[in-house]
Amino acid sequence: MTTNVQAPAQVAGKSSSMPAMALIAGWLIPGAGHLLQRKWIRGGLLMVSIVAMFTIGLALKGKIYSPNTGDLLDILNFAGDLGNGLLYVLARIFDLGQVTVQVATADYGTKFMVVAGLLNIISAVDAHSLATGRKRS
Amino acid sequence: MTISHFGAVLLFALFTSVVFGITQRSEPRTMIRFGAFCFVLFVGGTIAASWIMWLIKH
Repeated sequence: MTTNVQAPAQVAGKSSSMPAMALIAGWLIPGAGHLLQRKWIRGGLLMVSIVAMFTIGLALKGKIYSPNTGDLLDILNFAGDLGNGLLYVLARIFDLGQVTVQVATADYGTKFMVVAGLLNIISAVDAHSLATGRKRS
Repeated sequence: MTISHFGAVLLFALFTSVVFGITQRSEPRTMIRFGAFCFVLFVGGTIAASWIMWLIKH
């Protein structure tokens, strides 16, 4: 006796590597997972929103977290920052972002960048769900 | 760059609502409705919390 319970959730005609590519591309470049699947408007809006949040965070002199500081809250914030993918890598390479928060509004900048990373992770997972067919497009 | 506290709230609510709307709903129409709902909740919640803090202080 067979059931449909364990049927693979894959859309017919789509490449099997597309879900993984959408997930990784969406993480590295905000909105790229949706753009890969020709969701131009959604991808563009996600890209603009996440890049703008990250850029505003930098402009507000927010802090970019680095790994291995030993503080639990720093580790959590680092995980959030890491969600920005290449934006985080570029910020570290060009030494952007402050090491310590020096003005009151800079803390907003720090939170903007951490939340941008978390939103980017949500967006990459959404692109993966679209590619697998788990979410209707 | 300098920004007011309320300006930061509006920008945060706007960008976050866009992402929530796109990722949490399937149809374009419901995306817009949910995004607007999130925006109102973010801004309204912040204003309500601000008044509560003001009332506690006074």
